[in-house]
Parts: sequence; structure tokens; C-alpha cells
Amino acid sequence: MSSGSSSISAPPVGLGNQPVLEVTDLAVRFTRRGEADTRAVDGVSFSVAPGETIGLVGESGCGKSVTSLAVMGLLPKRNVQVSGSVRLDGQELVGADAETLRGLRGADMAMVFQDPLSSLNPTVPIGTQVTEVLLEHRDMTRKEAVDEAARLLDRVGIPDPLRRLKEYPHQLSGGMRQRALIAMALSCSPRLLIADEPTTALDVTIQAQILELLRELVVDSGTALVMITHDLGVVAGLCDRVHVMYAGKIIETADRHELFARPRQPYTGGLLASVPRLDSPRGAPLTPIRGSARDTIAWADGCAFAPRCDSAQDDCLTEVAGSTVELVPDGPRRELRCRHPIEYPPAPAGATAPGAAR
Amino acid sequence: MTAMGDVKRRRIDELAARAGAVPEGEGGVSLTRSAFRRLRRDPVAIIGAVIVITFLVVAAFAPFLAPRDPLAQTLLSEIRPGNIPGAREGFPLGVDNLGRDILSRLIWGSRQSLMIGVVSTVLGVVVGMAFGVLAGAFGGWVDTVVMRFIDIVLSIPSLLMAISISVLLGQNQYALMIAIAVTQVPIFARLLRGSMLAQRNSDYALAAQALGVKKSRIVFGHVLPNSLSPVIVQATLSLATAIIEAAALSFLGLGDPDLARPEWGAMLANAQAFLSIRPELAVYPALCIIVVALGFTLLGESLREALDPKFRR
Amino acid sequence: MTATATPADQRGEPLLRVQGLKVHFPIKRGIFVDRTVGHVRAVDGVDLSIDRGTTYGLVGESGCGKSTLGRAILRLVEPTAGSVVFDGTDVAALRGEPLRKMRRRMQMVFQDPLGSLDPRQNVESLLSEPLRAHGLDGGNAGIAAHIRTLLDAVGLPVAALRRYPHEFSGGQRQRIGIARSIALEPDLLIADEPVSALDVSVQAQVVNLLEELQERLGLTYLVIAHDLAVVRHISDVVGVMYLGSLVEQAPADDLYEEPLHPYTRALMSAVPVPDPVVEGSRERILLAGDLPSPANPPNGCRFHTRCPWRQETRCDDEVPVLRELAPARFVSCHWAEEIRDGVLRPKAPEEVAAIQGVHVAATGVGPVETDALVQGIDQPIERT
Repeated sequence: MSSGSSSISAPPVGLGNQPVLEVTDLAVRFTRRGEADTRAVDGVSFSVAPGETIGLVGESGCGKSVTSLAVMGLLPKRNVQVSGSVRLDGQELVGADAETLRGLRGADMAMVFQDPLSSLNPTVPIGTQVTEVLLEHRDMTRKEAVDEAARLLDRVGIPDPLRRLKEYPHQLSGGMRQRALIAMALSCSPRLLIADEPTTALDVTIQAQILELLRELVVDSGTALVMITHDLGVVAGLCDRVHVMYAGKIIETADRHELFARPRQPYTGGLLASVPRLDSPRGAPLTPIRGSARDTIAWADGCAFAPRCDSAQDDCLTEVAGSTVELVPDGPRRELRCRHPIEYPPAPAGATAPGAAR
Repeated sequence: MTAMGDVKRRRIDELAARAGAVPEGEGGVSLTRSAFRRLRRDPVAIIGAVIVITFLVVAAFAPFLAPRDPLAQTLLSEIRPGNIPGAREGFPLGVDNLGRDILSRLIWGSRQSLMIGVVSTVLGVVVGMAFGVLAGAFGGWVDTVVMRFIDIVLSIPSLLMAISISVLLGQNQYALMIAIAVTQVPIFARLLRGSMLAQRNSDYALAAQALGVKKSRIVFGHVLPNSLSPVIVQATLSLATAIIEAAALSFLGLGDPDLARPEWGAMLANAQAFLSIRPELAVYPALCIIVVALGFTLLGESLREALDPKFRR
Repeated sequence: MTATATPADQRGEPLLRVQGLKVHFPIKRGIFVDRTVGHVRAVDGVDLSIDRGTTYGLVGESGCGKSTLGRAILRLVEPTAGSVVFDGTDVAALRGEPLRKMRRRMQMVFQDPLGSLDPRQNVESLLSEPLRAHGLDGGNAGIAAHIRTLLDAVGLPVAALRRYPHEFSGGQRQRIGIARSIALEPDLLIADEPVSALDVSVQAQVVNLLEELQERLGLTYLVIAHDLAVVRHISDVVGVMYLGSLVEQAPADDLYEEPLHPYTRALMSAVPVPDPVVEGSRERILLAGDLPSPANPPNGCRFHTRCPWRQETRCDDEVPVLRELAPARFVSCHWAEEIRDGVLRPKAPEEVAAIQGVHVAATGVGPVETDALVQGIDQPIERT
């Protein structure tokens, strides 16, 4: 469990800054009476530097959303155990009292959720919801807050912001709502923005608008962005560094270009080989990963992906190898949790290998 | 190398097979069964069930459990205005103003109270569901007509309705049951109709239609069974209200004209004249009513949770 | 192999020919008596045809009417106008029992595999229901044998028979849904977002299964999806829908090589590609604003409010027809040739928004009235 933090905390080249967010060995356990404990997140470590975008990628149930909620301190207190360390600008958040967290949320760290409609209060006009945040965290008069809110809406590309401020969430389209949420998240220029599947509920053309908006924000304001998604395409266009998660653990970490050019974990390779690409020649068959996310074994017993993995061998199991599968450094700025990774012929670097998995 | 690999991953394949494409065990777990499993694990449900079963057993075996004849008047010599004898040997809860054993009357009374509650609720459910199915299955103008009628019934205060029916049908226990049932009808009709309309728009109903399944089969084979959960929950909760309402009507003197027949509501009404001398006389039947109603309510609430689709896995 | 479109082609009668199909949902208001105060034009005049054994892919964003179109073909919603000729019979005119019999030959795969399976039925009952409904395979033994073949065809173990839908994973549920839809040995299978509710790693399994079944059973598919990559992968011909009508139709490869309609271009460029090199280099056409309300679609070309290539003439007031620009390539744009040849250049989205500012509002993206109207619709226009 102790690997992780030391090797991946290096910020991207050129930005000699301290990381905004440093997560070390984060674990979340759900304990419900009468049921076995579930480890939703298990020993996850990563860090984000100012102006950097990282991606947490995985399928439903892999623990990516729980990770983000744990970082924000939004998990319920009952039946949930959070351990490890989450540092925002050096300040420890795990175990911090509710008041401190509330002060940080909205001001220093903000989150954008998947479903913009249910994240907004349906009975309160957009304007009130935006100004609320401003009044809470920034020393402003109501008048200033309204002006600022209008400016924020304008910045995220909502036309006619003064009129929109008076409207209710259901009067806005899905894309507009997500913009409004982003505007709220940005109202206090947070150092950290977590976006949990921000475009999954939206159409592609709207998704493109929102992604463009996020891209601009990171460049303009130096906000650290954690992008949580299942969509490899979104990651490819947006994230500097990618962490692939499976069954609560990070199984592969790499810079974007490296990851897509030479995925090492068979799961990452499998994911890339199983999605049809708009730009690949037609007729190329898809190579699915067999089984479903249910076909898993506990990490304590071996690699959770082994039952679905084509490269798996018996030493992927703890009882055979005598130890659990650890996340270990795998070349420059890469980490890998796999005993039988995909191998590549030594030479060509940078070449893309769609489907190179097998 | 592949041959080696094949041999080497045998144990993982075994594990994978065990983790399984299809869950283990013989036979699937239907929704009803999985709901029942959840129910059995819920302490609230167990408490509710224990209360309800206790009272049902007491009612069923009243003749054997009651220590005395509930109608026999004893200790008459000690009863005079301003004094009713309290608990003593042989009369663990004392006697009422006519010298009848309270414990025996409570035990016999459970029969009457539970029967009125159950019969009236069953009646209400059956009639209400009939209206509900009519509206939910046909929709359109049938729905409109049925629902307007139900709305009218719903707009009359239930107690007033029950009193009018009691007056109309004469004072007997059947009138009481019908009166309570009528007040329940709109609830079940509305509930079932709403639930059916929601289910009718569901994907599986559409899928059945696309498969060419006959309309009657879609409504009665798919939509109706899936719409019953809220009705079942509400019926359990209604049992509690029915018992309370029966007691209330008896209390108002609209219950069984045979005053000798023990019934909790009537006992409560009878006791109010002696509240200053022996408040226990009112406390005991009231307590019975409250506990039984609580039992049904607890059971109903945990049923609601157990049948909630959110908990399906 | 390739399917064709409107009348031009003469290579035998297509399996399905849809002409002038319209589905309008009335918007009702009123306390005592419902008055119709307007219509949502979910599908507004669509022509398409699908050849036997081919796959027609229908793409578009939510609210464009693609699902309603699929359902109208199956008569799960009533078409307002137009004809749906399936193997020589006009399905749109059928009623009662003949319609029910006809359903045997046209089946549907739903988006939400859990929602489309009755939670109280086990797999055996789910799969035998269509057989019993159509009186097929007389006798229980025949049905049991048939069900086993079906399970085998979709790759589920026999042990699944006694299980209930909630006991399966998403991918397995979709297999059950597919098994049920092929139980009656239909000719046409309409798959409405067959993989969008599934995990990424499982989507490919289902896509492959659909392809395999098509090959084995000679099925004809209409695949409806918002995911352009999936549609292109599986289809021979792709139709792009926008606000209730087809804006472009082309063989799948050509569509990607050279999209002709401005909307198709924008759609293509918006689909993220899981490759940072491609993502970093390709041209991105961002659209301004959102989809206008189908209750009050724009005049002229319906896309003109968001179109980066909109011209001062024709676009605002003249409805473009779907015309054959090149063999098998249909497009409904007045300026398709000029755009293709690069004579016209696209404007930036900000510019489009500025020009259309008033317009966009007038056609009702945001204003109170239209949104409230849409909420009053009897049936959902689209589920996504």
C-alpha cells in the first residue's frame, strides 16, 4: 500500500508549483449492518498541480465518483469510513470538521456533477443560487453579487445573463444548466475543480461546448481540474495525466499521450480496443473485454481484473505469487499494477496504437 | 507460450467461473422472495409482525385464553356509584362498572376489533382496486368518469361518511364495516390507478406491445402485478386506521348495538363516565388499540421499504 | 450490400420504405376540458428505405425525434401522416389483430435493458411470452427447446432460465432483451440505443453480438443511437436527423470521409476520439446554442439558427429538400456544394450566436412558454 505518492507527485514540467491537491492512500469503506464491508476506494494516491488536468477513468462502480466525494468531504458520516490523507494546498481534509470543509467547499474547491438538473434547486431562480455562493464566501453586497453573477454567467457562455438570472433551472436547457453549475463552481475562483462526468448527460455538440469551456478555464485561471469520466475520448482531448481505476484501485497511471499510445494494463488496452472509433477504418472488429465488472475477485486475493483478463496467469493470484499486486513505477512518469502487462517492441515512441492491446 | 498460459491460468478461470456469469445457487430469486428476505432482516418488521401475530393469536384463541366469561357480572356487591373495584386476585385488570372482567373483555374484544378492521379493509381494497383497475386499464373517458366519482367520494369527510352510512343502513356491525370500507375505497382506487398508469408507460409494457402480446395480457399479466406494491403497503397501514376508526365509531355510539358484546371502542366509550374513579378502564382498551395500530403501521412501513425498487439488486 | 434511399434506386424492393412520416404530439392544456394548444413535431416528414440484410443507422441528438421515428415504424406511437411500407404492406394502416400479427416480423431492442424486462418474470417466462402470444412452437417441449437455442444464440447459460432480470449484469440483461426480440424470427430489428446504457467494456460485446446475429439470421437492422462512432461501426447507411427530419443520408464510410451537411460536420467534429494525437490536431466546429424546441421549430432550414455556414438568402425562409448530391448521398442543404468545395467558410460560434441572438430566443430555447408547453405533452418525445 505504500507505493504511490512519492513517485507521482511531480507536477508537469514547467510548472514548478506545489500540487493543489495531494491524495495519499485514500480508502473508503462502506459498512452496513448485516452486510460485509465494501471497499469502494482502496489505497488511491494522486496529485494535481495548478493548471493541470488529471483524469480518473473507469467504468461504473470502479470508485471514481466515491473518490471525488471523499475529496470534497461529501460522503455521509454514517456507515462510511474514510482513511488516508487528502491535502488541499497542504491542509489536511480527512478528519477535518464540518465547518472547515464547508468553508473550503465553494471557495477553494468546487464540484460539478453529472446531472445538472438535480444539482440545482428547482424552486429557486438561477440568480439566487449563484449569488448565494458569492454572498457566503465573498465579501459582497447584494448588488455587487448580482453583477458578479451576471459576469460569471457571461463568462461560461450563457447569453443574456441578466435575464437568465431570474429564470428557474427547468427553464434552461441541459447545456445551459451545466454552464450555470460551472459558473457557480467558479464563483470564488477555486483552486481545485472536480468535474464528475460533467458531460455524460449532454449531447455531443453540447459536450463539445462544455469541454471547450473547461479547457479555457484551466488555461485562463490555472485551476487544477480533476476530470472523472468513463469516456476515453473525453480524456484524450482534455487530461494531462490519466489514472485508470478498476475495482477501487488505480491500476495504471500515465501521461495522456503515453497512455493512449502504449497502454500497459490489459484493462486499459481492452477498453481502447473495445470502443469503435470514428476515425478508424470501418469493418475492423471490436475486441470486447469478456464478462462484466461483476466478475471480479478481491484485491487481497489477487488482481481484481484477472477473471476478465486475457493475459492473466495464475501468479496474478495472491495465493500463487505470495503477495498482492502492487502499483509500481513503470518507466518515466508511469505507474502500473499488473504482473503481465502488454509488451511493445522497443522502438517507435509516440506512434498511436488503437487496438494494440492484442 | 500460449499452451503454457492456458495451463497457468486454470485456477483463475475456476475463480472466474465461481464469480460467475450467472449468480450461484439453484433457481432465481424473485422480487417477492427478495423482498421477504429483506423483511426478515429488518428489526422493525419483526417487531411489527410479532405484535400483529400476537393479537391475531389472541383473537383466534379468545375462548381458551380468556380467564372468565366476558359477559358474566361479578363482584356486584362491591360496585356502587363512586366505587369500582380494582385489580385483585382472579381479576388481574379489575372489572368494569357492571362487574365484568376487563382482561376477558379485552381478549374477546380483540376478535371484534380485528375482524371489523380486516373485513372493512379487505372490502375497501377489493372495491377500490376494482375502480382502480377500471380506470387504470382503460384510461380515456372511463378513467375520467371513474376518477371524478372517486373524487366526489374522497371530498366527503370520512367520519361524516361513516356516520351517514351507519344511519342509513341501521345500526349494526355490518353497517360499521361498510362505512369504514367506503372511506377506504377512494384511497385504493387512486393509488392503483396512479400506479397502473405509471407502469403502463414503462418500457416493459411497451416491449410487450412490440412483441405482439395481447392488450388484456399486458394489463393483467404485467401492468397490474407490478402496480400492486403500493396497494399492499397501503392496505397494511389502512388496517391500523380501520381499527382506530371502528373504535371511534363505537365510541360515538354508532357501533354494534349489542352493547354486551365486548369491543375496544365501546369499552373506551363506556369507561369515560368513570374516568375520575378508575382511569385504567379507559387506559387498557386505548392501549390495545394503540399497540395493534402500531404493529400494523410498523409492518406497513417496513413492507414499503422492502418492496421499494431502489433496494432491488 | 449497401442500402439505398429514396426512389432513385431500382435494385429490388427494399424491406422497409418509410414515406412522408410525421408524428405530431398534441400539447394539451385545460382544467376541465383539454384543449389542444399546439403540436410538438417530433417527426416531421421523413423518407427512408432499408434494403434486406443491411443496417441503417439513425443518429441525432436527444429531442431530434429518432426514437419516435423508430416507435412510429413499429406503431408503438401513432403516426400522424405518411406511410410505412414493410415488405409490401402498409403498417401505418393496419389495425387490431392484423397489426398484432405483423409485429412478429418487426421487433425492437430497447435502450434500458432492465426497464424493458418485466421484473416479475424470470428469463424462461420472458422468452416464452412472445412465442405463446403468437401461438408458435406448439407445446411446452417445443417452446423449451426453442428457448434454449435462443439462450445459446446470445451466449447465456441455460442456468439463466430460472433467474430474474435484476440478478443479471447490464450486458447480460441486454442479451436477454435481444434473445426475446429474435424469438419470433423477425425480418426487421429496430434497436433503440442498444448499448448506451451499458458499460464501455461491455458495449463491444453487444455490438458484436448484433453483428453476428445479423449474419446468421439475415436480419435487417435499424439502429438508432446518439453515438456516431457506434452507428458508423455497425451501419451500412447512416441517416442524420435534426429536429424531426433527415438532414443527410450516406453510406457509412462516405459520411465520415466527407460529411456534406453542416450539422453532420459539427456532429462529427464534436465526437471525442480516444487518441490525443487526433484530438489535438483535428478541426473542431463548435455549434452555438442549443436545440430549438420541436414545438416551435425555426422557419426555413431548421438548422439555420445554429449553422456556422448560414447565408443571408434562402436559409431563413426556404425549407431545403433532401436531394441526391452524389450517388447514394442525400443532403438537405441549399449550399451543400459550395460548402463542400470550400467556397463558403464557417463562422465562429460567437458570431452565429450574435447574429441569431434574437432568433434563438424567439424560436424558444429558453423562454418560459415553450418549456412549459413541452412539459404538457402527453408522451415523452424522447428518452435518452
